[in-house]
Amino acid sequence: MPIRNRNAYAFLAPYLLVFAAFWVWPIINSFLISFQNTRINPWKFSLQANWGRLFGDPAFYNAVYNTLIILVIQVPVMITLATVMAVLLNSPLLKARALFRFAFFAPVVVGEVAYAAVFRLMFNLDFGIINKLIGAAGLAPVSWFDNANAAMVVIIIAVTWRWAGYNAIIILAGLQSIPEDVYEAATLDRVNKLQQFFHITLPLLKPIILFCVVLSVIGTMQLFAEPFLITNRGGPGGGTETLGLLLYRQGFTSLNFGYASAIAYTMAALAVAISLLNLWVGRDPK
Amino acid sequence: MRSKSQSLLIRKIALHALLLPLAIIWLFPLWMMFVFSTMPDYGIFSPQIVLWPSTNFVANFQNLQADTNFIGAMVISIVVATVYTVLSVLLTSMAGWALARYRFVGRSLVIAIILGTITLPYFVVVIPQFIMVAREFKLANTWGALIVPPLFNSLGVLFMRQSFSMMPNDLFDAARVEGVKEWQIFLRIALPLARPTMAALAIILFLASWNNYLWPLLINSKPGMMTAPVALGVLIGLTKVSWGGIMAGAVLLTAPILVIFVALQRHFIAGIAAGAIK
Repeated sequence: MPIRNRNAYAFLAPYLLVFAAFWVWPIINSFLISFQNTRINPWKFSLQANWGRLFGDPAFYNAVYNTLIILVIQVPVMITLATVMAVLLNSPLLKARALFRFAFFAPVVVGEVAYAAVFRLMFNLDFGIINKLIGAAGLAPVSWFDNANAAMVVIIIAVTWRWAGYNAIIILAGLQSIPEDVYEAATLDRVNKLQQFFHITLPLLKPIILFCVVLSVIGTMQLFAEPFLITNRGGPGGGTETLGLLLYRQGFTSLNFGYASAIAYTMAALAVAISLLNLWVGRDPK
Repeated sequence: MRSKSQSLLIRKIALHALLLPLAIIWLFPLWMMFVFSTMPDYGIFSPQIVLWPSTNFVANFQNLQADTNFIGAMVISIVVATVYTVLSVLLTSMAGWALARYRFVGRSLVIAIILGTITLPYFVVVIPQFIMVAREFKLANTWGALIVPPLFNSLGVLFMRQSFSMMPNDLFDAARVEGVKEWQIFLRIALPLARPTMAALAIILFLASWNNYLWPLLINSKPGMMTAPVALGVLIGLTKVSWGGIMAGAVLLTAPILVIFVALQRHFIAGIAAGAIK
């Protein structure tokens, strides 16, 4: 049981100062700034300047659309792959386990800039290794970065490569917490492996998979470095511009802080909605 | 009916037949990063399919260094990540200790605020942070601007609080009876016991700082004060640039962290599985 003690404040103070200054206050401040017209000096309160503009801005709808498309395709593909990786890595029959773990988990530590550079080079139209391999297979090269749909595919592949192993680590930890005797009982009852997976493993993993889905949705919603670096600032022609990139462009290229804050709060509202949806889906069925 | 060992063998083969291609695809971008970093630029741009490393790494690195002061940027990155990690582990350990072991007015409020806001997107705070640091305090392109604002990260508080609250009470009460001061109990008894958690936390924080891109890009964009990812990112957008050099930079950014990952895999995985970074 914790004890009553005044020393607590001394231990807490240094962190709390940073936390208040660089997290709590900015959260509030960002909300306030979103109601300011920041394109005039001094800033003035205006509902119309940012929030009014937001819902009539085609660039905003384009960014929401792109972000949602990436989300809706990338997250299910990645979580499915991560589950497959985790289940296979957990098999007692596996040889060279360390090597396979390295293959899937290594991307987790690779920085955004480093991997963005490689993907940009690999998918280059004329000399990228992907088009060379496609050509070797006798097919026509794909102009990955001049076509919005193809550019989206590159972003989705890149993000999936980077984050699948991360989710596999979390799911693998979940798998290892399922007691062995559940499976032993099922095997005695002649339930085959595939049925065991769908009727035992998957239901027991549901909360962990939901957790991964929420983390991934919130992460993908903030996608920035990939469209910034791989598809060259959301190209072609805004075809891969995400909410994160639009916010960057408005906030730090046009220096319109008020409008960028309104975009940021839209993103936050989406994140809160996703978290609440998760609580609702994951609730005890009663 | 098939014998048991036969069906086991079939399952074993199927398992590897599924996993091996997937692993090769997953290793491919890292392997190509390495291969590209050793190829001369004309080799990268040639129509041949090259999957095997060449011998041009040093020349590529010299091209990179001619394009941008990458060594200087690496030094900044190393110093920033190290100082940030030490400070963050220290601050969050102290806060975690207070929240785990003491009762005081405001305790549940602090915990509620931390937990209630942890999933908010970073983009929500980045604009006010930038206005505060760059405009109000005029501290853009300084060491402090790189290191201090990211210290808000509350992951460590939750990690350390969890670790401290699992320690038995008697341990600390015995010391209190003997009149040992609270901060000595923290430093001499609690911290050493929390070492495994601190190790996992330190690795994750170091990685986060080393790879951090958006904040350093915004706040330290002056040549000479850029971190290594920012310096490399600038080159990616240029047209007349050595791609072999960029790849050498990518390898230099990635290789050290991969070595740390392999050496300390257990801590890494424990850290991710325990709380999930992002």
